[in-house]
Amino acid sequence: MNAPVLRTSMRGAIEIYDVVKVFEVRGVCVPAVDHCSFSIRAGEICMIVGPSGCGKTTLLNAIAGFHGIDSGSITLDGTLLCGPSQLVAPTGSDRIVVFQNGALFPWKTNLDNVAFGPIVQKKLSKKEAHEKGSQLLAQAGLSGYEHKYPGELSSGLQRRVEIVRALMNDPAVLLLDEPYRALDALSKSVMHEALLEIYYRTGVTIFFITHDLEEAIFLGHRVVVMTSRPCRPKESFTIDIPHPRRYEVLTSRRFRELAAEISAAVNEEAMKSFTLGEREG
Amino acid sequence: MTNAPVAETSGGLTSNGRAGWPSGLGFDRSARRAAVAILMALIFWHLGSTSRQWLGTSLPLIGSVPAPDAVVRAWIHLLSDPGYWQSWLWSTVRVALGFAAATTAGMPFGLALAANARFRSTVFPVFELLRPIPPLAWVPASIIFWPTQELSIAFVIFLGGFYTIVLNVVGGAEAIDTRLIQAARSMGASHWIIFRRLILPGVLPSIGVGMEVAIGITWEVVVAAEMISGGGSGGEASSGGGLGFFIWNSYVGGAYPDIIVGMISIGIAGYLSSAMTRRAVAYLTPWKKRV
Repeated sequence: MNAPVLRTSMRGAIEIYDVVKVFEVRGVCVPAVDHCSFSIRAGEICMIVGPSGCGKTTLLNAIAGFHGIDSGSITLDGTLLCGPSQLVAPTGSDRIVVFQNGALFPWKTNLDNVAFGPIVQKKLSKKEAHEKGSQLLAQAGLSGYEHKYPGELSSGLQRRVEIVRALMNDPAVLLLDEPYRALDALSKSVMHEALLEIYYRTGVTIFFITHDLEEAIFLGHRVVVMTSRPCRPKESFTIDIPHPRRYEVLTSRRFRELAAEISAAVNEEAMKSFTLGEREG
Repeated sequence: MTNAPVAETSGGLTSNGRAGWPSGLGFDRSARRAAVAILMALIFWHLGSTSRQWLGTSLPLIGSVPAPDAVVRAWIHLLSDPGYWQSWLWSTVRVALGFAAATTAGMPFGLALAANARFRSTVFPVFELLRPIPPLAWVPASIIFWPTQELSIAFVIFLGGFYTIVLNVVGGAEAIDTRLIQAARSMGASHWIIFRRLILPGVLPSIGVGMEVAIGITWEVVVAAEMISGGGSGGEASSGGGLGFFIWNSYVGGAYPDIIVGMISIGIAGYLSSAMTRRAVAYLTPWKKRV
């Protein structure tokens, strides 16, 4: 397959080094992330897979700056986000999170939602932000929805608006926390292709947490399987299916081989977390 | 009573048919139902109050109520009486002022309670101690505190709305999703912008529910306050009376049909102000419109 020239971002390289995060729950220390080290290349789609409650979101929140770490360090493009000298990363528009259940502002129209970042940062005037916003919404197949409220859209379209809102901030990395979890299988497949389309256009680095193995393999350059709590990379798989990918990939032999290989690793951790859960309950 | 509306708004943004009529055929049907119900109530009232004539002995309670036709005749007579309209005006002005004061004081107070843990732990216990005291229990103290009759009535009305609005603001602010705040922060919003663009619109629906409940309480309170305080300045029904005093004065003067007119007038006034509040809130929260 002769791949077209794809744009790849030069920004968004993340280095996670020996990160530890412990939560105290009713006087008992529960390690959520334990000596976790791995890195993400600029322009890479890195899929993080692991049993639920294993601490993947803790890692994402540490990168986003929503809470601190206890030791270790995280750098973005060589700049220290958090480390021994500052345990909480500053929040910043270079790392935008798209949440599981969405975090669009219900009282703003889709266009106002999308224009929010550049306006509050005074990067663009309201008019410019609206122009750019309409343009990006149209590119994402959302023209006609500019002046509707998020509550008037299906959850699939809401997620799309939210990704457009994230891109408006020109982030170095998109942090996606199971954004398509609540969607049905059909909407999911549409969303996957739409996300890849956006990726092919922007090349933005993507850090994507999911439970869904098929989603992970279809989208990612790499799938990192995490251990059950405490969370640390167990195994990293390079997905050697060439981009751009279309939905036919799902039925290819290589896809099934990878799925078998990765699901063995995932199952092992899922069983561990399952028995762990039994003992706790 | 105050908690239920909060729960209703925090339930989600899919607005339901709480306010207003269902559309299409449903409107006709429910309007017809309402008309039938009102008609039946009138017939029941009429039969009850005239029971002495057709039954020989008057029924308990309802037998001593003036008949509907007497009330209608009294009402028609009152429509040309400036004193009656003055009563409307006075009560309406009092409700509007007390309600406005309760809203303007209750909103920042509620927001401060929700936003600042230290302020909350200091002030909230006092607030909760005072809250169960019914506004009417404040009437004597209020008359002693405030220099004029009018101010003491206003204060009691204010109390009637204040607690409800504060509780709804606190509940609404707490129901705002932290992820919205996180999202805004990561897009570079300052504290002021988060307050202005997120917290404020976020609590608006709960403030609306609080206002709806509060305006009803305010009408309850104004009437009782007017009765107890003797209707404000001078005590003449035609000057500072208000609808509450109008009812009391009719009772003292033996004009029993006028009592009923006063009562129904308050019902109408309460209904109209609730409907207006709902309209205003719906206008201010356009994202909650039905899809």
